[in-house]
Amino acid sequence: MQMSRIVRTTADIAFPFILVYGFYIIIHGHLTPGGGFQGGAILASAMLLLLLAYRYHESIRHVRKTMMKTLESGGLLLFAFTALSAMALGAGYFYNWLSPGGVLFGDIVEVGSALANLNTAGLIPIMNLAVGIEVVGAVSVILLALLSGIKEKI
Amino acid sequence: MLTQLPYLAVVLIAGIGIATILLKKNLIKMIMGLGVLTGSANLFLVTLGYRDGGIAPIYTSAPEGVMVLSTVQAMTVTNIVIGFATTALLLAFAIMLYRKYGSVETGDIRRLRE
Amino acid sequence: MSQYVPLLVALPLIAAFAMPLVGMLGKTIRNSLAIIAMAGTVTAALLLVYEVLVNGTIIYAFGAFDPSLAIPFDSGGVPIRILFVIDAMSAFMVLTAAIMMFAVVLYSLSSESEQTGQDGYYALLFLMMVGIFGMVTTGDLFNFFVFLEINSLAGAALAAYRINKGLSVEGGLKYAFISTIAGLFFLFAIGMLYGQYNSLNIAYIASVIDLTGLSLVALVLMITSLAMKAGSVPMHFWTPDTYSSAPSSITAILIVSSMASLYAIFRVAFSLYGVTMNVVTIGWIIIILGILSMFIGVSMALPQKDVKRLMAYHSVSQIGYMLVGLGVGVAVLGDTQMMNEFGLVAMEGGIFHIINYALYKGLLFLIAGAVIYRCGTRNLNELGGLGHSMKWTMGFFIIAALAIAGIPPFNGFASKILIYESVFIFNPYISVIAMVVSIMTLASFVKVFHSMFMGPKLPQYAEVKEVPLPMLIGMGLLAALIILFGLFPDLVVNLLIEPAALAFIDQSGYISSVMGGI
Repeated sequence: MQMSRIVRTTADIAFPFILVYGFYIIIHGHLTPGGGFQGGAILASAMLLLLLAYRYHESIRHVRKTMMKTLESGGLLLFAFTALSAMALGAGYFYNWLSPGGVLFGDIVEVGSALANLNTAGLIPIMNLAVGIEVVGAVSVILLALLSGIKEKI
Repeated sequence: MLTQLPYLAVVLIAGIGIATILLKKNLIKMIMGLGVLTGSANLFLVTLGYRDGGIAPIYTSAPEGVMVLSTVQAMTVTNIVIGFATTALLLAFAIMLYRKYGSVETGDIRRLRE
Repeated sequence: MSQYVPLLVALPLIAAFAMPLVGMLGKTIRNSLAIIAMAGTVTAALLLVYEVLVNGTIIYAFGAFDPSLAIPFDSGGVPIRILFVIDAMSAFMVLTAAIMMFAVVLYSLSSESEQTGQDGYYALLFLMMVGIFGMVTTGDLFNFFVFLEINSLAGAALAAYRINKGLSVEGGLKYAFISTIAGLFFLFAIGMLYGQYNSLNIAYIASVIDLTGLSLVALVLMITSLAMKAGSVPMHFWTPDTYSSAPSSITAILIVSSMASLYAIFRVAFSLYGVTMNVVTIGWIIIILGILSMFIGVSMALPQKDVKRLMAYHSVSQIGYMLVGLGVGVAVLGDTQMMNEFGLVAMEGGIFHIINYALYKGLLFLIAGAVIYRCGTRNLNELGGLGHSMKWTMGFFIIAALAIAGIPPFNGFASKILIYESVFIFNPYISVIAMVVSIMTLASFVKVFHSMFMGPKLPQYAEVKEVPLPMLIGMGLLAALIILFGLFPDLVVNLLIEPAALAFIDQSGYISSVMGGI
């Protein structure tokens, strides 16, 4: 089934904005509602928009299954190794050794009503990023798998 | 009485979910029933953490006042993710069964019976 | 402080995540990763078990600088982090799971070698091990729920992984539905407990719990949902379907996951509620579930023609033994005299039966898998005469079948005699039923043995050879352990089982290991 030109153009225009919004949700995960899963789901919804606006075999040229699988595994591995990295320093699994005072995301959180500081919370933003990468890959793989189930009928 | 209302809704929604799973013969509808049941569990957890007049548990620029409990909300998010994974898995099963049997009615796909 | 605790979860997790990536590099590299990850996990598990047996209960707080510190200084005496609590019972379950994992991964290397989608297979297999190890070690209710769901999802996907003309998908679908509903019931129960006691930590809740109406509902929901997952009788209908349609290596792992659910029933009964609940009523409910499971399971098994379906019904029946043994322990909890007289022995029997059951049932399913691997059918009427060509497999089958029937020099006898003796003092009728069931089990396996291995060599199986070496090693390990446990039951009971049983009874010890003697 071919979607109309209006749908395709709208999808093209909306796609980058949805991506930016998804990244915003992921990066601000430790400050505002949202985080890795939510942002990743938004990113994956951008992929879904492409998949719906274009035909299945058209869109899989851009949203490749191997790439998405790599993203999924890469994100998960980043998450697991971030958690494991604390053990290399002699602390417990998942210990947040970057906060406070680390090189990255190491600022000390000000108590009370202060403006949000992105550069805080240590490992948590890194893990949010890892989860975001993982979710966009995993959800895209699921969507591709489910869409491939109906491709013969259309 | 008014504070008990959400719990009543939880029981009602859970009842609808279980009834759908047990009574419907269509796989897709059964999966939907499971989704409804998951929703009732989520509602139950969020209601547990609700405090009258509470604000969202975000410390950035937070006004004075009591906050709602954040642990149950974290549990709810986790359960939403798990529910998402379960639904995706079950739908994948439904697709495979549809390919093999050409139907998603449970009556048509019961071969594992002896 | 033990560094092995997080490795138990982290190593298989990393292996599972890396598997799809490594799978692109080729088959050999992926298989070696599977072996390395399995070896690492099993080593960590064995070292952990050793440490627990020497030093006693180990606490591991996730996300803390010092993981042995269960309660942070500024938390007001409440454990807030996710805790892993490994007492002797958890260590025992870790050992069981590690042995089975070792055998199953070795076995899979050959048995799955001609299947497609092996990257996913190994990834899910390791995820399932994460779920099982997490379930038996965690000391946090919600964390337990998460591991339960990891286990269920991976198990359902694995059960359906050989699509097998839709049959396996059907079994996987049933498993997925049952375990999701069970998981949601468990989540409701967690919510009820959290609403009352504001904590998710088992030890903390146990220290403040009292039997309100809501706690009772939570207890009933927990036991129902976990019994559903374990495959006990009123909700046993998924076991034959899923066990028979899943690949044999997966069935062996599904057995371990049902054991983890069984462990959780008694963790809830002994460590979470303890004597606050009405132990006699709850104990009797569990015992009656056990008797029904024993009897219905074995009587359904007798007329089966499909060899894996037959074995699946037997696993329902074997779960009954554990429920009876440990249920007697629940029923006499708090009564020191009766506990010393027979309760402790009954519990030891039940716990010993967990590992014995996992060993011989896992072995039986692996043998069934080996026969299906070579002959391509599971119908007992079509099989026959395999004793001529598959001698090792036949030998392993004899060992496993005698063990499950409770014949003396094997491990099944060792644990069953403990259950018979002690339960006889509690209530002689239960003991008699258990013995009758045992005889029926023997009858059923004589039939299987006869129709699979005996008789003249059939022409259609003239080409059949012995299965490849990794499969034999996997099965041989289990068979050797069955014989060892059968020959030296005293050693095993003293070393592993008795500390485990005492850890279950000692609720205050469990609480103080986390709460620090409060």
